[in-house]
This record gives sequence, structure tokens and C-alpha cells, in this order.
Amino acid sequence: MINKTAIYVLWLREMKRFLRAKSRVIGTLAMPLFFLAFLGLGFGNMNIPGMGKVDYIHFLVPGIVGMGMLFTSMFSGISVLWDREFGFLKEIMVAPVNRVSIVIGRIAGGATTSVLQGILILGISVLMGFKITNISALLFSIVFMLLISCTFIGLGLIFASKMRDIQGFQLIMQFIVFPLFFLSGALFPLENLPAWLRHISSIDPLTYGVDGLRGVLIGISYFSIGFDFLVLTGFSILMVFLGAYFFEKSESV
Amino acid sequence: MVAIKVENLVKKFNGFVAIDYISFEVKKGELFGLLGPNGAGKTTTINILSTLLKQTSGYAEVAGYDISKDKNNVRKSIGIVFQEPALDNKLTGKENLEFHAMMYGMGKEERRSRIKEVLELVELRDKGDVLVENYSGGMKRRLEIARGLIHRPKVLFLDEPTLGLDAQTRRHIWEYIKKLNKEEGVTIILTTHYMEEADFLCDRIAIIDHGKIIAMDTPERLKDKLGGDIITFEVEKDSDKFMNEINKLDFVKSVKKHDSKLTIMVEQGEKRIPELIDMAQKNGVKVKSVSLHKPSLEDVFLHFTGKTIREQEAGQKERVRKSMRRFGR
Repeated sequence: MINKTAIYVLWLREMKRFLRAKSRVIGTLAMPLFFLAFLGLGFGNMNIPGMGKVDYIHFLVPGIVGMGMLFTSMFSGISVLWDREFGFLKEIMVAPVNRVSIVIGRIAGGATTSVLQGILILGISVLMGFKITNISALLFSIVFMLLISCTFIGLGLIFASKMRDIQGFQLIMQFIVFPLFFLSGALFPLENLPAWLRHISSIDPLTYGVDGLRGVLIGISYFSIGFDFLVLTGFSILMVFLGAYFFEKSESV
Repeated sequence: MVAIKVENLVKKFNGFVAIDYISFEVKKGELFGLLGPNGAGKTTTINILSTLLKQTSGYAEVAGYDISKDKNNVRKSIGIVFQEPALDNKLTGKENLEFHAMMYGMGKEERRSRIKEVLELVELRDKGDVLVENYSGGMKRRLEIARGLIHRPKVLFLDEPTLGLDAQTRRHIWEYIKKLNKEEGVTIILTTHYMEEADFLCDRIAIIDHGKIIAMDTPERLKDKLGGDIITFEVEKDSDKFMNEINKLDFVKSVKKHDSKLTIMVEQGEKRIPELIDMAQKNGVKVKSVSLHKPSLEDVFLHFTGKTIREQEAGQKERVRKSMRRFGR
């Protein structure tokens, strides 16, 4: 049923494209890094209630890693649209490979490149003064990055399957991706939100991703790390399943 | 042996009928052409036969496998070159081929030798390591043909293989297609709206218009059916009476009027021209020009549809656009 070679081929394709598209990598890294640099410097000395004893840059870094994962993963899921636009999707769809393998290959490739970019952001943060206390924190953060990535690649696939062309991409960025980002508590503690807004935050998968990352990296979290992990795992399974379902139903021509 | 069998195939898009009960068979080793204007249903037919689209109703078999029930075996048996390029521009030519070969489950050794072989066949040996985004249109087309062949398909689909290419590259690709069909024995089904392409390449042609097959035979027989030579008169003013007069002559097989042109089908055309011009003068019809030619597929198309393929395309575009707008696709 599952075609391992096909999954490997699609993963390898993403890797090659990723390593060759240096401008794209710089482009997707630039925004999180600007947020990190300017917000980190600008709010550096402020004492925001609900942040605990850490300074703002330490509070901010997990949020920005989460932001990087959100953007690259959504982009990776929606990039099916580019394949459709440039015709390559048809080449994949006439191959004697079942659709499940195609979706897994896509997610594997997208998740790898997203996590690599997340680690890059984390690395640059360390250069800017972020302290990672131990190796296990780093490993656990990668687990959370993977889960965030799968969730949003799945969501991206859903959108890609429902859209006919790339015209709607900007709309999704403005009305889905940015709200998901701002509502996740990536920039400020959730405690400070009014109750009704906190309810909306609680259905944003990224909330649990950012909270989990914060828990493992700086030891501060709104929920418990275990709860974050469970909810996010649930979201990622749901989104991957739905993404695969809609992808399979969409017509490739 | 039958390579492709199509029975009463229908495809509707939200009520718009793209294919309207078509049936045909392609023999093994045959080079079969679907000829028709844009929007006639050629690409839709190819997309259904290659399992990319589901038919609304009807039955089809490719290489002996039912396209609805045995998709995986159909996919294994076919190679396809799409109308629009379907390459990954960020990969090299070789990588595109390599990935394709892997998807079709070929082993490492076989891949290596076969990639070398097909690159040689389409004369892209030196360009294998160049990124596809740096290829010219003709090179991309050739690479796609090479890719469609790597896994030794039994049936090769070519959807407008020379669309948008210059005359020289087109000739080149025609040669490849002929060679492939002869030397590798691949059954080829191609779509085109270039008459001379269909004429030059195909063993048999189905002329398709508005989703229906309106004629199907070898190019020679299609042309022979029209009979003899074609004399075209360009005339001024009302020519209906003249037309009727001509129609009464026993050496005239048929007369058709098209704008200011009269198309007259006769035997031994060169001897009949003076006679016809005389008649025109007697009827007070002023002849602006006369031409004589052997029937081409263009004439065949005109004969069966009453329109030239270019006019048909203009009409089709409008029809398709209207229905697209209606259904918001």
C-alpha cells in the first residue's frame, strides 16, 4: 500500500529544491528574525505581567520559532498549488503511486525543511543571547516543531485542494495565517487577553505549539507540557488526515 | 491486438458536455491521432484515458486494463507528454528523469542505462546536468518525451506535442515520434490541431469536434473520400445561381459555399477550370481568383464541419468561455 520509494523521491525533491532556493530560505527567515530583533530590542526592558522572571527576548524566541514553523509549513502545504500551476502535479498524479504515499512524501519533505528552518532560527537566537539550558530541551523542542509543521502542512493541503489557482494565496496569508500567529500568544502572554479572545486562542493549534516550545525551552508555560503535546498531536493527526482526504478528492487537472 | 478501446465515453463538467459518446479503438503499434480545434475534447479524452479525470459514463480500456477499476496497472503501462510542460524547473534534466524512473519502480542499474539511452535518443546527452529552467521550449519538450519513455510504456500519449514550437523543432520532434513508433514499437496516441502534423505522422485519424468524432480513417482515405481535386473560386457578388448551375454538371462531385469562396470538388481539375470560368462569365459572376489543389485534411475538416478549423476554434473559445462563466469554473 505505502510506496516507500515514492515517499523518498518526493522528500528528496523537496530537499534539492530547498538547498537550491537560497533566496527563498533567506526570505522566509527574514521576517521571523526581524520580529525577533526589533521586538526583542524594543520590549527588552519591559516587564509584562504573566511573563514570569524571564526577560522578553527569552519569552519571545519560542514564539518566533513557532511563527517560522507556521509560515513555512503553510507555504509548503499550499505549494501544491504551484505544482498544479506549473503542471508538475500531473506528472506525480499519473505515476503508479497511491495518493496516500504522495501526501506522506509531501509532508515528510515539507516538515523536514520547516524544522531545519526552525532550528536555524533557534541557532540565530542563541547568537543573539538566547540560552538553551540542556540538550534534551533542544530535542523536545524539535518534537514540537515537527508537530506544528505537520498540523499546518495539513491545513495548507486543505486550502490547496479547495483553491483553483494561486490568486487566493495572499488572502489566506492575511486572514488565516496572521490571525493564527497573533492569537497563539507568540508575542505576549495569553493571561493578558480578554476571556472571549482567550477562547478563540484555545482553538488555534499554534497556541499549544508555542506554549509547548516555551515549556521545554524556557520552562514557562500556560498549560502543562503534556497537555500541549496531546492537544497538538491530536491537531496534527486531524489536519494530516483531512489534508490527505481533500487532496485525494481534488482533481489534478 | 487492441491497445486502447473506448466505448461511449462521456464527460460532463457541471452540465457542459466536453465529450459526447465517443468510441474508437487503437491497434497495438499504431500511431493514432485525435485531430480537432481547441476545446473539442481532445485533452479531456487523454486525461480520462490516463486516469487523471473520471469519466461521467462509458467504458475504456488501456493496454487491456479497465481505466476505472485498474488505475494502477493503467498508470504503469502508459507514458504521457502533457500539453503544458510538467517538469520541475528547479531540478536538472537528469534529476527529472531519475525521479520519474524511481516513481515507476525501476532499479538503480536499469535507471542509469535507460536514462543514458533516452537522453541520447532526444539528443540531450550534454544537457542532462543543466537545470531545466535554463532549457529552451524545444529542449523541454524533448526532455518530456524522453521522460515519458524511460519506463518503456506500452502506450504513449502525446498531447499537442509540438504546440508553440518553431518549424524546425517541430520537424525534429516529428522525426522522433516516427522513430519511436517504428523502432520501439510503442503505440502512440497524439492530439493535435495542426492538420499537416496529423497528416504527416498518423496511421489513422479521428476528427473530433464539439466532443464528437465526426470522421475516422487513414489520412489518405479521408482525403480520397472527398474525391479528385479541389477548385476554389473566389467570386464577387451573389453566386447562388452559378452554384446551382455547377451542381448540375456531371463531373462535379460537390460544391460548397464558404464566404466569398466556392469549393468545387471535381475529377481532373486542371482540365475543368476553363469550362467553369466560361460558365461563371455566362452567369455574370466575376471571378477574382482561382486555385486548384489536392484535398488536404483542412478540406476534410471543412467538408465534415462546414467550417475551417480556425473558425471553429474562435467559436469554441466563445462557447467554452460562456459555459465556464455560467458555472463559475
